[in-house]
Amino acid sequence: MSALVPAPTGRRLKALARAELTLLGRNRGALVTALLVPLALPFSVRPAVDRIDLEAQGLSIGTVMLTAAIGFSFLFAVYTSLVSAYVARREELVLKRLRTGELGDAEILTGTALPAVSVGFAQALVLGVGCAVLLDAGAPRAAYLTVLGLVAGLVLCAALAAVTATLTRTVESAQVTALPLVLVSMVGSGIAVPTEVMPDTLARVCELLPLSPAIQLVRGGWTGQLSGYEVLVAVATTVAWTGLAVFAVRRWFRWEPRR
Amino acid sequence: MNTNEHEHVIEVTDLRRVYGGGFEAVRGISFSVGRGEVFALLGTNGAGKTSTVELLEGLARPAGGRVRVLGHDPYEERAAVRPRTGVMLQEGGFPSELTVAETTRMWGGCVSGARPEDEALALVGLTGRSGVRVKQLSGGERRRLDLALALLGRPEVLFLDEPTTGLDAEGRRDTWELVRALRDGGTTVLLTTHYLEEAEGLADRLAILHEGSVAATGTPLEVTARQPSRISFRLPEGYFLGDLPPLAELGVCGHEVDGGLVRLRTRELQRTATGLLVWAERAGVELHGLDVRPASLEEAFLGIARERAVAA
Repeated sequence: MSALVPAPTGRRLKALARAELTLLGRNRGALVTALLVPLALPFSVRPAVDRIDLEAQGLSIGTVMLTAAIGFSFLFAVYTSLVSAYVARREELVLKRLRTGELGDAEILTGTALPAVSVGFAQALVLGVGCAVLLDAGAPRAAYLTVLGLVAGLVLCAALAAVTATLTRTVESAQVTALPLVLVSMVGSGIAVPTEVMPDTLARVCELLPLSPAIQLVRGGWTGQLSGYEVLVAVATTVAWTGLAVFAVRRWFRWEPRR
Repeated sequence: MNTNEHEHVIEVTDLRRVYGGGFEAVRGISFSVGRGEVFALLGTNGAGKTSTVELLEGLARPAGGRVRVLGHDPYEERAAVRPRTGVMLQEGGFPSELTVAETTRMWGGCVSGARPEDEALALVGLTGRSGVRVKQLSGGERRRLDLALALLGRPEVLFLDEPTTGLDAEGRRDTWELVRALRDGGTTVLLTTHYLEEAEGLADRLAILHEGSVAATGTPLEVTARQPSRISFRLPEGYFLGDLPPLAELGVCGHEVDGGLVRLRTRELQRTATGLLVWAERAGVELHGLDVRPASLEEAFLGIARERAVAA
């Protein structure tokens, strides 16, 4: 028996991610959702933000708009576009075909997610610099928290996209099944409305929503107003949601269409 | 080195598969495939061919029984088996917006010790189509792309689920030649088909599946030998069946007469044919439209389906 050297994970992920990036580039609808929506939507919430007394909460237009933009990037560039991608690959039997090869399940899902997650990351960088310069948000006070929030949000969005894909039968219905998380996060996770301006009890409940801790970390890193305890709770909440999502994917993810 | 592995590359024992709704698609089948053999699973649609192959490929966990591929459990020991197997599913799963070259490059990046992509495409005659998107390929071209990807990792064991469905006659011949060449190179091939001539011409051994069970197994010759051979001819005007030597003496096990057309069934073809021809020679009788043929796989196949239908 010849000793086969298995292809290294890095090379396999790269091959898969490259194909997926090509596909993203050829899907105009997905491209618009991923690239333009996160850049355009924050301006639609601006009038509402203007009416809020931000200074009393230690916020500024810049930081609020920035987190809104990054939040929209999580939801549209990563989450929504990945739900469609996972469902499309499953319905075309691509996932099933990939599972006959050397890739592990986690590698297949990760490789497929890489382009969307990279787009989300790049967008966050552009938005961060843009808001810092154009809206006088300034440099983040605790940049490591912002980065932590970014990574947490991106990973969790990818995992939640796989969970949502499990509940989605067709690419068309992905527009509907992705909606609940998008709406709940916009309203409750501090994307369209900063949680700081909510009544206390409501704010505390909303802090437990999946994307709340990531947004909180991103904004907190910018304003430098998070206590160590708050950071800890945010990280723990993200880890719990990610763990739950990973468990759900391992348990229920469908690798081929229902017949 | 495990010698057993060289004798039986695939071992299936009392394999069962039950789907979510409780439907038992595979009902306790057993067979084994030796190194360098071409083994065909033959059956009608719904006989359990794909359900069985998916268990061998390690795509699902069996409800019961045991599968070993190259000495490993293909489901539990995926990492040990996959680098050494190549799979062609019944329906290719490729993103329709990628080109042939992009698809091959992607797959090549995920395979250990991959052949050059051009070589794999050349093997299946798709070289000229590398810039074409998958969605623009014909059904036959898609099957060939699928085969190219299955061959990309120079597999020791190849699983082909209906490899020639949708191919034209020429494409089918090409695929057969390729499979034979691979077999001669030492590759073990397990294929499913509902084309009888494909199983007869290509397989070293085969199993006929019927409703999730193995109805018959062996070499194509062994399987067909269990069916009677056939002789048919027309007697000239004025001659009747009774003019022949006693049928039992000729080794005939069944007969039909339809107008002047006589059909005989026998398990001793040479004895029956000799007896018949010697009689005709002596009697000076011309047997019009004389047709002598050993049982074909098709008859074996239909015979099995009939028996089962009667038993049911």
